Amino acid sequence: MKALRNYLDKIKPNFEEGGKYHALRSVFDGFETFLFVPNTTSKTGTHIHDAIDSKRIMSLVVIALIPALLFGMYNVGYQHYTHAGIEGSFIEMFGYGFLAVLPKIIVSYVVGLGIEFVVAQWKKEEIQEGFLVSGMLIPMIVPVDCPLWMLAVATAFSVIFAKEVFGGTGMNIFNPALITRAFLFFAYPTKMSGDTVWVASNSIFGLGKDIDALTAATPLGQAATETPISASLSDMIFGFIPGSIGETSVIAIAIGAVILLWTGVASWKTMISVFVGGALMAWIFNVAGPDTAMANMPWYMHLCAGGFCFGAVFMATDPVTSSRTENGKFIYGLLIGMMAIIIRVLNPGYPEGMMLAILLMNIFAPLIDYVIVENNISRRAKRAMSNK
Amino acid sequence: MGKLFSAKNKEVFSTPLNMNNPVTVQVLGICSALAVTSKLEPAIVMGLSVTIITAFSNVVISLLRKTIPNRIRIIVQLVVVAALVTIVSELLKAFAYDVSVQLSVYVGLIITNCILMGRLEAFAMANGPWESCLDGIGNGLGYAKILIIVAFFRELLGSGTLLGFNILNYQWLKDAGYVNNGMMLMPPMALIIVACLIWYQRAKHKELQEK
Repeated sequence: MKALRNYLDKIKPNFEEGGKYHALRSVFDGFETFLFVPNTTSKTGTHIHDAIDSKRIMSLVVIALIPALLFGMYNVGYQHYTHAGIEGSFIEMFGYGFLAVLPKIIVSYVVGLGIEFVVAQWKKEEIQEGFLVSGMLIPMIVPVDCPLWMLAVATAFSVIFAKEVFGGTGMNIFNPALITRAFLFFAYPTKMSGDTVWVASNSIFGLGKDIDALTAATPLGQAATETPISASLSDMIFGFIPGSIGETSVIAIAIGAVILLWTGVASWKTMISVFVGGALMAWIFNVAGPDTAMANMPWYMHLCAGGFCFGAVFMATDPVTSSRTENGKFIYGLLIGMMAIIIRVLNPGYPEGMMLAILLMNIFAPLIDYVIVENNISRRAKRAMSNK
Repeated sequence: MGKLFSAKNKEVFSTPLNMNNPVTVQVLGICSALAVTSKLEPAIVMGLSVTIITAFSNVVISLLRKTIPNRIRIIVQLVVVAALVTIVSELLKAFAYDVSVQLSVYVGLIITNCILMGRLEAFAMANGPWESCLDGIGNGLGYAKILIIVAFFRELLGSGTLLGFNILNYQWLKDAGYVNNGMMLMPPMALIIVACLIWYQRAKHKELQEK
């Protein structure tokens, strides 16, 4: 630690005004503040600083994502080996998945951080840290067969149009990772849905083997087309099902959720109410819904299938785009869960509703906050009047 | 002749093309810019129709401007525009049926186009017929220019064609992994392309930026 600090201090003058690498100052600044909490304080007024700043919070979210990511890598290999009908050891499967997922992570970070660095340099601001999390989320919510150039285009689109035009990190209305997915979903539907994209179908560095036209539908895809769901509930909980890279395993996501809740980064109110809303709506459709496979799916299956858990834990709780008032979080979460199930059941075009539900509620989060705050003001005003 | 193309008249004609563009600066006529720009051909036809209608209605209203009672001027303007729109619509049906089917209700909706009413109110009611004609053509072409740029990108990236001719749909491109962007065919992308044009224009001309 000490050595690193000394090294940074030694090379710092190069990046300051008049230094050799002045043009790269925002890059240096970004790395320095990422590695060490900056020891500057505010110059005006009285401020209370939290012990951890936003770069530390972002790092915690990335740590919470790691279980789901590692399991996702293993599952990519597992699905490939099972569907290709070949034997493979744990190491081979994991290695295959690692090699399939790694390029996506690199592309997402290089494109996203590249744009952020350029914008920061251009506007002479310090580098925002928000993309640390988005860059990890993006590869985890796409199917494994999504081509890299599409991922790059979509990432660039979302960083520019969902984030930078609104003023950068902390100013965005929509979750940038979900905008990336929505862009891919609407722009290239053949590579984002259907039954050919969920299992990798080529060999990587001699691992696995090349197969054409490998089809495997996700449980939700099967329900949407009225075919019986082939995965068992335990498979869905452990995560041995086809799906987007990071979303399959409920257990791995639960570990992440525990980390987020224990460190207080995510709000338990949002998280719980998403699940309650989803379960409630699924139960209503069970009792009084149309007679389709999706509506008849029991509520616990709905919660385990698709991106429901992943969205509830990592997307809905995003502090920037969710409601900020404490009561608002309940309403916000509840409506996300309900909308996700409504879209799944009633819209035949989209077997997965979580993405659209969260994006929709992102729009309404400020309105929910406004109503809660105004309500509070008028309630207290009334109380003050009656006490007179 | 010198008077017809005086510096002031040139300005009347040229500012709507760029520095006072009805779409990118005044942000008018957005609705039809979203609806008809998924292909280049209907966008061109739409742009020309609006240009012709704006020019003629500007001239007619400018000629009548001294006789129109102030209180009923909007209804008089609407009658003139509606008559012209009906003529254009019938002509399209007679000579360019396919395009008129693609444009569907949007030809009829030119009646409610904000650019038209804006020009009639702001310019034709206060200026002579020749200036009004130039102003109408200028604004119509300014609108057409944006429509054509938006439609160019939407058709090229969304369908891989231009005016129906194949540009990007080749087997070798498909083998290389290229897929047309389906989102370009949806209205939101028209809005985003218009936004990019506005962004570009304001970045280039600092005087257009609001404080």
